Amino acid sequence: MKALVTQLQELAEKIRLGGGEKARKLHTSRGKLLPRERIDRLIDPGSPFLEFSQFAGYQLYGNEEVPAGGIITGVARVSGVECLIVANDATVKGGTYYPITVKKHLRAQEIAMQNHLPCLYLVDSGGANLPRQAEVFPDRDHFGRIFYNQALMSSQGIPQIAVVMGSCTAGGAYVPAMADESIIVGKQGTIFLGGPPLVKAATGEEVSAEDLGGADLHCRKSGVTDHYALDDDHALHLARKVVRSLNYQKKIDVTVEPPEEPLYPADELYGIVGDQLKRTFDVKEVIARIVDGSKFDEFKALYGDTLITGFARIFGYPVGIIGNNGVLFSESAKKGTHFIQLCCQRNIPIVFLQNITGFMVGRDYEAGGIAKDGAKMVTAVACASVPKITVIIGGSYGAGNYGMCGRAYSPRFLYMWPNARISVMGGEQAATVLATVAKDQRAREGKQLSEADEAALKEPIIRRFEEEGNPYYSSARLWDDGIIDPANTRLVLGLSLSAALNAPTKRTEFGVFRM
Amino acid sequence: CTKFASTTGRKNIEKVLIANRGEIACRVMRTARKMGVKSVAVYSDADKNSMHVAMADEAYLIGPAASQQSYLAMEKIIHVAKMSTAQAIHPGYGFLSENTEFAELCKKEGIIFIGPPSSAIRDMGIKSTSKAIMSAAGVPIIEGYHGENQSDECLKEHARRIGYPVMIKAVRGGGGKGMRIAQSEKEFLDQLESARREAKKSFNDDAVLIEKFVDNPRHVEVQVFGDQHGNAVYLFERDCSVQRRHQKIIEEAPGPGIEPEVRRKLGEAAVKAAKAVNYVGAGTVEFIMDSQHNFYFMEMNTRLQVEHPVTEMITGTDLVEWQLRVAAGEKIPLMQEEIALRGHAFEARIYAEDPNNNFMPGAGPLLHLSTPLPDSFTRIETGVRHGDEVSVHYDPMIAKLVVWAEDRQAALRKLRYSLHQYNIVGLSTNIDFLLSLSGHPQFEAGKVHTNFISQHYDELFPAKKATPNEVLCQAALGLILREKMITDAFRIQSGDKFSPFASSSGRRINISYIRNLTLLDGENNVDMTIDYNHDGSYNMQIKDKTFHVSGDISNEGNSTYLRCSVNGRVCKSKLVILDNAICLFSLEGNAQIGLPIPKYLSGASATGTQGGAIAPMTGTIEKVFVKAGDKVQAGDPLMVMIAMKMEHTIRASKAGIIKKVNYQEGTQANRHASLVELVDEDTESE
Repeated sequence: MKALVTQLQELAEKIRLGGGEKARKLHTSRGKLLPRERIDRLIDPGSPFLEFSQFAGYQLYGNEEVPAGGIITGVARVSGVECLIVANDATVKGGTYYPITVKKHLRAQEIAMQNHLPCLYLVDSGGANLPRQAEVFPDRDHFGRIFYNQALMSSQGIPQIAVVMGSCTAGGAYVPAMADESIIVGKQGTIFLGGPPLVKAATGEEVSAEDLGGADLHCRKSGVTDHYALDDDHALHLARKVVRSLNYQKKIDVTVEPPEEPLYPADELYGIVGDQLKRTFDVKEVIARIVDGSKFDEFKALYGDTLITGFARIFGYPVGIIGNNGVLFSESAKKGTHFIQLCCQRNIPIVFLQNITGFMVGRDYEAGGIAKDGAKMVTAVACASVPKITVIIGGSYGAGNYGMCGRAYSPRFLYMWPNARISVMGGEQAATVLATVAKDQRAREGKQLSEADEAALKEPIIRRFEEEGNPYYSSARLWDDGIIDPANTRLVLGLSLSAALNAPTKRTEFGVFRM
Repeated sequence: CTKFASTTGRKNIEKVLIANRGEIACRVMRTARKMGVKSVAVYSDADKNSMHVAMADEAYLIGPAASQQSYLAMEKIIHVAKMSTAQAIHPGYGFLSENTEFAELCKKEGIIFIGPPSSAIRDMGIKSTSKAIMSAAGVPIIEGYHGENQSDECLKEHARRIGYPVMIKAVRGGGGKGMRIAQSEKEFLDQLESARREAKKSFNDDAVLIEKFVDNPRHVEVQVFGDQHGNAVYLFERDCSVQRRHQKIIEEAPGPGIEPEVRRKLGEAAVKAAKAVNYVGAGTVEFIMDSQHNFYFMEMNTRLQVEHPVTEMITGTDLVEWQLRVAAGEKIPLMQEEIALRGHAFEARIYAEDPNNNFMPGAGPLLHLSTPLPDSFTRIETGVRHGDEVSVHYDPMIAKLVVWAEDRQAALRKLRYSLHQYNIVGLSTNIDFLLSLSGHPQFEAGKVHTNFISQHYDELFPAKKATPNEVLCQAALGLILREKMITDAFRIQSGDKFSPFASSSGRRINISYIRNLTLLDGENNVDMTIDYNHDGSYNMQIKDKTFHVSGDISNEGNSTYLRCSVNGRVCKSKLVILDNAICLFSLEGNAQIGLPIPKYLSGASATGTQGGAIAPMTGTIEKVFVKAGDKVQAGDPLMVMIAMKMEHTIRASKAGIIKKVNYQEGTQANRHASLVELVDEDTESE
């Protein structure tokens, strides 16, 4: 596992750099700050930055590298307020929107919406990536959705602030235009619906970018932007002032206690979990390295013990923890449902530590109604409106993924450990299932499947499942909010809880539980 | 209720008015309080929040800041004395302390003037008269010409008779004003003209005297005390040789290397001088002393002097108490034989001035002021507190640091130790200079003379070296920890006390947080990168060197201390962080590290242009040459400002159009205030 973490850090350090050296030099030579430096200077000194999906776009477009998907998103404190930050990285393909860029931007907005976080957009983008316009423009969750979200969030009282630090072309122009308050950097930021080449093509008018949509025009004449900044530093300073003027107050609706460090060091997780999913481990060992003072008040310890449930605190915040210690049986599913009801009743956020091969199969179990018991748990997970945070710490297979709050169940945040795997079932099982189907077919045709044929059939399936179930494959496609170092789980959960508690409490109403 | 001040008989002083300000007013009040005497302060508009006003039992406003209309306004002070039924007035030093007219006015009004009779003030105030009297009384005097004939030829003739080099001094002079040295006949007339001009300006009397200029002379002065019963005693000598701009900076008692026999002779000569003018109260007889310890009478100061505490320290006396008792008609509390000399004392004068700029006097706010803890061997005589302002209107002395120990070496060690703990931020002071001065081997050896500073100039003003990297690391840590303190304060008062977002850990996901920080070492930008380690320590990189840094800050009193470990070496220093600087004070030395001012703050306005003019120091606007809308070229004069009695012409930094003039003639501008807003011609509409 240590090796996996080292690999994770090495890859992340590479992604941190953004575009190539040439692009970065060009960027800074124009007096612009690199996007990460912009974020560093925007946020409160020393504030942690909960960054999402660093591996977005990783090995997604063949030879085209799009580090971090060309856009950096995350949560940090600005003037004491937890804000969602979206920063274009102009050193990556000029900051243009690839499909994954759009997806990451929208996911960030979703996080803001679910957790009621003011949004700060540090805009420096050439707009949609034209060769890929078909995957970027027309659909519901494409480019237009960004502005739809801005309008919606603004209507819900979630502040939208844009800082124009580079181009904002075409659709991109709507980011500052739709913002509640906007800042533009003089002689650097531009906003226009059509750039100079398009204007020339359309009307023959020749105009410079600055005259067409520079800070002077927009601050003095058009009124598209509200504040004129001298440089990046100034713009970020103004953005901090805007946040200070939001009169935003975080009201948390849970009890807090002074946090305690766990009694056991977090890096022991490397040895406890290992990198072979087949090796089982006790999820309580994981919990002991995540929660305050390693104190875990277990619920129903003696019942349905393949699912571990109980209460604890993380950075002083109360949490209910649901973790897997084996396949889910009817009892475990019912225990999980009961525990989720408790958390919702008491307004306690739920943390899912997912390591699940699925629900138990077999005649007895089907007869025992495992489907309806599983359905109870899925219903409870789906309807629970307390903050839900999922960490996939091992396998995430089949309906287990549903019961343990997979991506489809809209947890506020979902993270993966580098050893994790996610697929409808394990590669081995899938290969065996397919081999069995093939064998049966051959048998119907009166043929036999040789061992060599069977191996040849299974091998690519296993390989494919291994590749597609890999966390990097998942994270590249934004099926999660990032791969994290197991040793940082406590911090990431603490930050996520803190962010989640910005949203006002909503009472849970469950659907019909099939009894 | 009028008391008649006869020259004999006991009078009761129940209440004393202090016709002064600053440290000496506070000093007098302390003794008054000790003796159960009520104190009355007078103050000008500029002093309404001053320490001496706060300390007094009663205080009265007597006029505007200008001394002429307040601390020198005799009628107003007498009026306050009568109104408050003060029986006596203590004039302190400076202001009215050696003003014959005032002493006479007090007498006429039946108020005790705490000082000598007006006749003694007058006689000693005119140098030629004083020398004649002393000469007649058998006190050794230095060759010179003190005649009435002020013609160039006559003066030149006498200069030749006395022999070059000669000193040309204003007859009514003092404090180095109207004083010039002519090294040879060639430059005599130029120096004479210059001395006269200054004398005329300062004293409205351009009469000068000429005397032998003693090379490498020592300034040795004897504290004397007389009473109304004809007694006079001496309290030994002080050496005040080390001077800058002909003004004292560090004083000690007794004089180093002076034999008891010489000491006795000095004292007796001084008493003789005092008796020659029927002296009453505290006075100082100044002598010039050559390397053979021959001494000559220079002048007599008819007041309590700034440096009187060193004498108090070595004799165990309270001279202000003596002044009050003698003024009330008592005899001098001790007989000559009863006055014993014990140990050694130093006084260092802490001034708002810039030693690197020819000791240019300064003014401004004391943004941070912390002092060594006073005890029976360490005195801090001051009239300002943390947060007060050193005013442009008065003397820029901030405090006197007085220390005592069994011998000179121990006292000097104590002085340096205490100076290290005297920390001031907000304006330039001479503290660092006092440290290098008191640490100079020749000073340690007691080889002091009045040219000490110019002779050892190079060692006393070493070229400024780059701040060591370790100190830059300390400054950076101080900055980070201060940010943490602010975050913690916010955290504690928020409803969400334990959120890890308020941890100041700078944590990032999967990558380490590397912060870029730029500090200013003098004029040079120093770029640092700071890695936030997970254990709360930092790796700081400056150029190709990396330092492992950790530490914490704590508050004691009104000071913040930084404990910092750099590569395992731990040191503790006082930390003061301002908007644009980080100041570190430790026993190893002081450092001030600047924080670059962001572009958006360096301009007078944040509308895309910058420019204008900034006041170089606090002062009064004397003249305004421009008005809004005027077009100016770079270098054009915009204003004339008077600060610390000097004129400063404020010029345009660039060509442009005057957008706004922020100060009118006669108004006062603070240091760094924006005087004029200047915009580029093409952006004038902004």
